[in-house]
Amino acid sequence: MKNRGWLFQIPALAILSISAFIPLMTVINYSLHYIFAGSAPTFVGFDNYIEVLRDPAFQGALIRQLFFSMGILAVEVPLGICIALSMPRRGPAVALCLVLLGIPLLIPFNVVGIIARVLTQSSVGLIPEFLALVNYDFNVSKYPVDAFATIFLLDVWHWTPLVALLCYAGLQAIPDAFYQAARIDGASSWKMFRYVTLPKLRSVLIIGVLLRFMDSFKIYAEPLLLTGGGPGDATTFLSLHVARKAESYQLGYAGASSFIYLFIVIVFSYVFFQLMTHIGKGENQ
Amino acid sequence: MARIELEGISHSYDSSSKPEDQREYAVSGLDISWPDGSANALLGPSGCGKTTILNIISGLLYPTAGRVRVNGKDVTGLAPRERKIAQVFQFPVVYDSMNVFDNLAFPLRNQKTPEKTVKTKVEETAEVLGLADRLKFRTTGLNAADKQKISLGRSIVREDTAAVLLDEPLTVIDPKFKGELRRKLREVQNRLKKTMIYVTHDQHEALTFADNVTIVKDGRLIQKGSPEELHAQPATPFIGYFIGSPGMNLLDCRLEANRLQFADFELPIGQDMKEKMASYGKDFKFGIRPEFLDVAAEEKNRAVAFTVAVIEDTGAYRVLTCDRESSRIKTRVTESINIREGDRVWLEFPEDKVNLFYNEQRIV
Repeated sequence: MKNRGWLFQIPALAILSISAFIPLMTVINYSLHYIFAGSAPTFVGFDNYIEVLRDPAFQGALIRQLFFSMGILAVEVPLGICIALSMPRRGPAVALCLVLLGIPLLIPFNVVGIIARVLTQSSVGLIPEFLALVNYDFNVSKYPVDAFATIFLLDVWHWTPLVALLCYAGLQAIPDAFYQAARIDGASSWKMFRYVTLPKLRSVLIIGVLLRFMDSFKIYAEPLLLTGGGPGDATTFLSLHVARKAESYQLGYAGASSFIYLFIVIVFSYVFFQLMTHIGKGENQ
Repeated sequence: MARIELEGISHSYDSSSKPEDQREYAVSGLDISWPDGSANALLGPSGCGKTTILNIISGLLYPTAGRVRVNGKDVTGLAPRERKIAQVFQFPVVYDSMNVFDNLAFPLRNQKTPEKTVKTKVEETAEVLGLADRLKFRTTGLNAADKQKISLGRSIVREDTAAVLLDEPLTVIDPKFKGELRRKLREVQNRLKKTMIYVTHDQHEALTFADNVTIVKDGRLIQKGSPEELHAQPATPFIGYFIGSPGMNLLDCRLEANRLQFADFELPIGQDMKEKMASYGKDFKFGIRPEFLDVAAEEKNRAVAFTVAVIEDTGAYRVLTCDRESSRIKTRVTESINIREGDRVWLEFPEDKVNLFYNEQRIV
C-alpha cells in the first residue's frame, strides 16, 4: 500500500458506523418488516412505505412541514440580509451587534421551547396579557394559528441571527473597489445590491439556505414543549409524527416514514444547492 | 474627452481641528495638467501619495486645499459619477452575475441608453479590446487579464467619460498576460485618444505606457516629462536612480582647479563645465548612466581603472559591478568583451553624458 492515510480514517469510520450507518441500516430493516413490541418481525416488503404515503396524518405533517420550512426561508433569509446590511462595518458598535446577534444562537432548543411556553401560557404569560390589551384572545393550546405562529416567530427569532452573521461575514469580504466601480458606472443603490452584493454573497447564502432548510425541517423540541404538537395536529411536524409512531411501538411504520423523511431532506437540499449555484450566473455560450 | 488639471492640491489626513502648521500632508502643492487625449503616467515609490492624488482626481477624496478642473470646469466638489472620470482598479472588477456583453453594457443601461445604441457601442468596445468573440461568455471563466479588459471596457464604453484612471492595473495579472495587456492598454489609448492616467510604482510600465510621466515623491511633484527626458535629464539624483535599469551611478565629488575630485580618483573637466559649476559651489553629485560608460579591457588614456566585482548576465546585456577602494560603479555591456569577475577594467566617462547635481537639483 502506497498511501497509508486511510489508516487514520479508521477511528472516524468506526464512530460513524456506530452513530450513523448501523442505525440507518436498522431503520431500513425495520421499515421492511411488520414489528409490534417484542413479537417476531414478519417481512412485508414495501407495505409500510405504502401505508405511510397513504396515511393522511403523514401527508398532513409533510405539508405542514414544507409550509413551515419554506416560510422560514422566505422570512429569515431576506431578514438576515437586511440585518447584515444595516450593521456597522467598523467601530466599537460592531462588537455590540455581534454579541446581541449571538445571544439567541447560544440558547439550546429545549430552553427556547420552555421560554416560549412560559411566555405564552394563558393567564400567566406575558404575550396573552399584552394581546388582551388589544382584545386579541391569544391561546396556543386552543387556537392552531396562534400555536403555529408562535413556533414560526420563535424560529425566526432563534435562527435569523445565524443568517445575518453569515451574510455579515460575506459582506466584509467584498472589496470596496466593487462599489466604487459600480458608483462610477452610475449604478443605483438597488443595482449595486443586485449586481454586486447579492452575487458576492452567493456562497454564504447557499450555506445559510441549506442549513436553515435542513434544521427547520428537523424542528422537534419547540413544538413538543410548547403544545406537544397541538392543538389538534396544528404543530405536529414530520419529526414529531415519526417520533410518536416509534413511541407507540409501530417500528415498521416509523422506520419507513423516517426513510421517506430522510429522502425528502436530501432531495430538497440537492435541488436548493443546484438552483443556487446556477441561478443568475450569466448565460454561457 | 478632457483636460485634467490639479491646482495647488494639498491633502492631509489629519483632522481639520489640528492647527495648520502641525498637520502632516500626504500630498502638497501639486500643480499638474494633463492635456486632452494624452497617455500619462503617475510614477512614484510606494507611499508617495499616488493613491491620494488618484482619489482626489476621481472624487473619492476631497482635498484639504486646491482645485480639480476638468476642461477648465471646477469639479472639486462633485461626486465621482458627476465628474465622468472612470477608474480601473488594481483588482479586476467584473459583475460575475452578468456575461461579458452585459458587463460592458452596464454603464450604458444605467444611463437608460436605447438598447440598439447599447448593442453598437458594446460591440465597438469589444472589438477594440479584442473581446468580440467572447461577448456571450460568462465572466467567471475568464482570466484576470481579460477581466481587467472588461473593467477598462466599462470605462471607455461611455462617450462622455472625461478620463480614465488606471490604478496599478497590472499588479495581479499573471506574468504571462502582463505584456499583452500592457500593449492592449497602450493600443486602446492610441486608438481612442482618451485621456488616461496610469498610476504605478513600476517604471517599466509607466515608461512604456505613457508619453508623459509625472514623478511624485513624498507627496511632491519632482519632474514631469517624456520618458526620454526623464532618462537623459533627470531633475534630481532620485529620478536618475529610480528610472533606468540599473539606475544611474551617483558619486559625490568636489570641484578642484581643473578636475573633479572623487573619493579615490579624479576626472579632468572642460572649461565651460568648470565655469558653470563654479557659479554654484564646490560639492556636487556626479551621475552617469551605466549604459553610457565606455568599458575597455586594456589601459587607456583618461580612463579610470576598476576591478570587476560582480557580473550579472541578463541575456541581452551584462551588468558589471566595478569597484575601486571606496567607489562602486555599475556598467552595462552589450558586446561580448571577454571579462571575468576579478578582472581589471578601464572606464571612461563621456562628458556629454554626465549629469551633475547641486543640492539635489540637476545643473548639467
